[in-house]
Amino acid sequence: MEFFKYTKTFNFMGKSKIAMVMSIILVLASYVLLATKGLNYGVDFAGGTIVQVKYDTTAPIDSMREKLKDNELFNGASITEFGSPDEVVIRMKSTTASVTVDIGDVTREALKGSGNFEIRRVDIVGPKVGSELKEKGIMSLLLAVLGILIYVAFRFEWRFAVASIFALVHDVSIALGAITLVGLDVNLDVLAALLTILGYSLNDTIIVFDRIREGVTESRNSELADTINESVTRTLARTTLTSLTTFFVVFTLFMFGGEIIHAFAFTLLVGVVVGTYSSIFVASPILLWFGFDVKGYHEKLAAKAKREAEKQRMRDQYESGIM
Amino acid sequence: MKLNYRIVIFALAIVFGIGFSFPSLFQTQEGKKITLGLDLQGGLHMLLGVKTEEAVKSRIKSIAASVKHFSEREEILIDGLVFDEDNVNFIVLDSDEISKVTSFLKEIEGSVVAVNGEQISLMLTPEEIVKTEKEAISQAIETIRNRLDQFGLAEPIVARQGDEKILVQLAGIKTQEEEQRARELISRAAKLELMAVDEDRAARVYNMSEGDAAEYGDVILEDVNNPAIKYLVREIPILDGGMLTDASMGFDQNNRPLINFTLNAEGAEIFGDFTGKSVGKRLAVVLDGKVYSAPNINERIGGGSGQISGNYTVMEAKDLAIALRSGSLLAPIYLMEKRSVGPSLGADSIQASMVALVGGFILVIIFMVIYYRVAGLIANIALIANLFIILAVMSLFGATLTLPGMAGIVLTVGMAVDANVIISERIRELVYEGKSMHKAIEDGYSNAMRAILDANITTLIAAVVLYAYGTGAIKGFAITISIGILASMLTAILGTHGIYQMLEERIAKSKNNLFWFGIKG
Repeated sequence: MEFFKYTKTFNFMGKSKIAMVMSIILVLASYVLLATKGLNYGVDFAGGTIVQVKYDTTAPIDSMREKLKDNELFNGASITEFGSPDEVVIRMKSTTASVTVDIGDVTREALKGSGNFEIRRVDIVGPKVGSELKEKGIMSLLLAVLGILIYVAFRFEWRFAVASIFALVHDVSIALGAITLVGLDVNLDVLAALLTILGYSLNDTIIVFDRIREGVTESRNSELADTINESVTRTLARTTLTSLTTFFVVFTLFMFGGEIIHAFAFTLLVGVVVGTYSSIFVASPILLWFGFDVKGYHEKLAAKAKREAEKQRMRDQYESGIM
Repeated sequence: MKLNYRIVIFALAIVFGIGFSFPSLFQTQEGKKITLGLDLQGGLHMLLGVKTEEAVKSRIKSIAASVKHFSEREEILIDGLVFDEDNVNFIVLDSDEISKVTSFLKEIEGSVVAVNGEQISLMLTPEEIVKTEKEAISQAIETIRNRLDQFGLAEPIVARQGDEKILVQLAGIKTQEEEQRARELISRAAKLELMAVDEDRAARVYNMSEGDAAEYGDVILEDVNNPAIKYLVREIPILDGGMLTDASMGFDQNNRPLINFTLNAEGAEIFGDFTGKSVGKRLAVVLDGKVYSAPNINERIGGGSGQISGNYTVMEAKDLAIALRSGSLLAPIYLMEKRSVGPSLGADSIQASMVALVGGFILVIIFMVIYYRVAGLIANIALIANLFIILAVMSLFGATLTLPGMAGIVLTVGMAVDANVIISERIRELVYEGKSMHKAIEDGYSNAMRAILDANITTLIAAVVLYAYGTGAIKGFAITISIGILASMLTAILGTHGIYQMLEERIAKSKNNLFWFGIKG
């Protein structure tokens, strides 16, 4: 089976203006969402408490609200269904510092008489830990981007690195926009998903870039747009296939992985789609617009080859004893 | 068919993978196994803070106690012995004795003594305060570890995190009651103090405020069972739990549980001296600021052993004995973060992620065979080998598998076939160009190599950052992703290359590209 033939080259760069407009709209829309609606930080970053309760029957949310209302610890607590009607999650901003009697125990006491229930999970993140996790999270995103930037610049050329970072920022921005739109709680798992998107999207971009590098080195054609079109076309089958297999597994994770992994899977799902798109329509055109100098690159390669040859000649001379 | 070194290494890797993942997969008795994270097997994770300022306070208090004991032993009259957050003050009534007192005080480490006439004050140096605070944290870690080691759960983890946080992880907690017991054991100060009841003023205790009591150098303490009963005791204890050498549970005549304790030599001497002088008075046994009993002293008590009776259950008495034996916490601890997962939720998570893993795996495998035919089959062999190797490496290192870790394995399934997709596409291209089978395979691999390496290394960079900055369960994700990437290099690049080399002649002879690579031509 084949999705794409190699015989025909698609004119991706010709369509890049349309793609750019679309990307800019999507990214801007994401920023508008982030600015107006804002990210919904979960307990990991904002601090607070989550109590997951499972009832034998449908959870009596109304009577739970009634029971929690009296204690001011539960001010502003929200109760939402979690995966099934039997199971709910209570989220609140307050935390407690006592080790022996914590807010989870208080909740258990308060809910007594609301039915037969089991408390399956209690997450308490104090404000100090929350802000530390947030700091660490932002640091990890920045460090990952920096590490990748350095690696790509080292392996390719700075323009490739900058273009791939544009693609990464594009992907992460849109993923954040989607998270905001759906109103997901941003916790550590979402951060992990974002970092995975970084790695994954870059993976795609690098496969395309590698082809472009190969094309530039091998072809005499100094028209970069043609080389890019050809390279993108030649990697199209691979890009589509890998994205499809990854999409398959992330989709099963999303559908069957359980409620706890939901936010993680959703973020990845968005990331896989956007990441695939960006490696074709964002990273490559930017490379083109940065005016990657094919002629200069050829000259550099030639100079490098010459230096190597000179070195080799010297070595040969040295080894054969002629100075 | 010819054997080649690649296929041999691949075969060894598969044997390694199956061999070492076997104990984890079938939960055999012997062999190294993967540890399940708290989120999968259920358990309690806590980050605790230490109120170090309390440790400094109690240090000051114990210095005050030793000053008092010294003056009594040496029969030096002192007056107005008071202490606050960081200093102790008193007056020596006989000025001839001042030098004796100051030479005693100089022995106390990390303190500065100021003499102003008969007024003597002792302060802790800033370095000593920092040191005391640090010690309080180390001591808390040590104490909590001792207590949990005796609690009866397998492999409790107690470790320092950062400068001032204590990480406690308890796996395999089954019930809410067990969790509650563990938390009480951890946080209990278990500070035992033997204090003298101020018999001169004891009758007036119900009419006194805290402030009144403080003026006499006394404190008002409640009875442990009945808060309405109050005792007026000297603020500076006769001795404290630091001089305890052992504590164990026993039973009284009525078969009610109690705690027997033994003091060390110094403690026994102080205790003997005090009881000898205080016949007819009462001695309050105070634990964590509550009076457990206040018996009359009938005679001098030598030998240095005693009992704490209270209204406890056998379980409570047992835990209390553990706490006393392990030493008291110098400073109270407080909760900074807690994550507790019930075992049933963990089991649900395992099930859900297994469904996702198997489902995603089957989808990918079917898809690869339809698209690439035999080439897809070869990729699938690599994929299965990859899964085994991930499990084997994790078992070997005793790595922890968490829920995000499971997700990482699922994701690896999707990404590990990537290398084979790239290679297969390259080979297809070369076959189209009419290259010989040998050249198509060899060039296909060498062309694909650079891209695969670059792509995998960047993903690895992200994973390493995630490991360094992630906490708990997220670290598990970074681990499985990293191992998966490294394993995929072995299986997808080396392993499948070996298979192709072995089959090369056959492929070349058959000329059926549809069968082998899923393409016409």
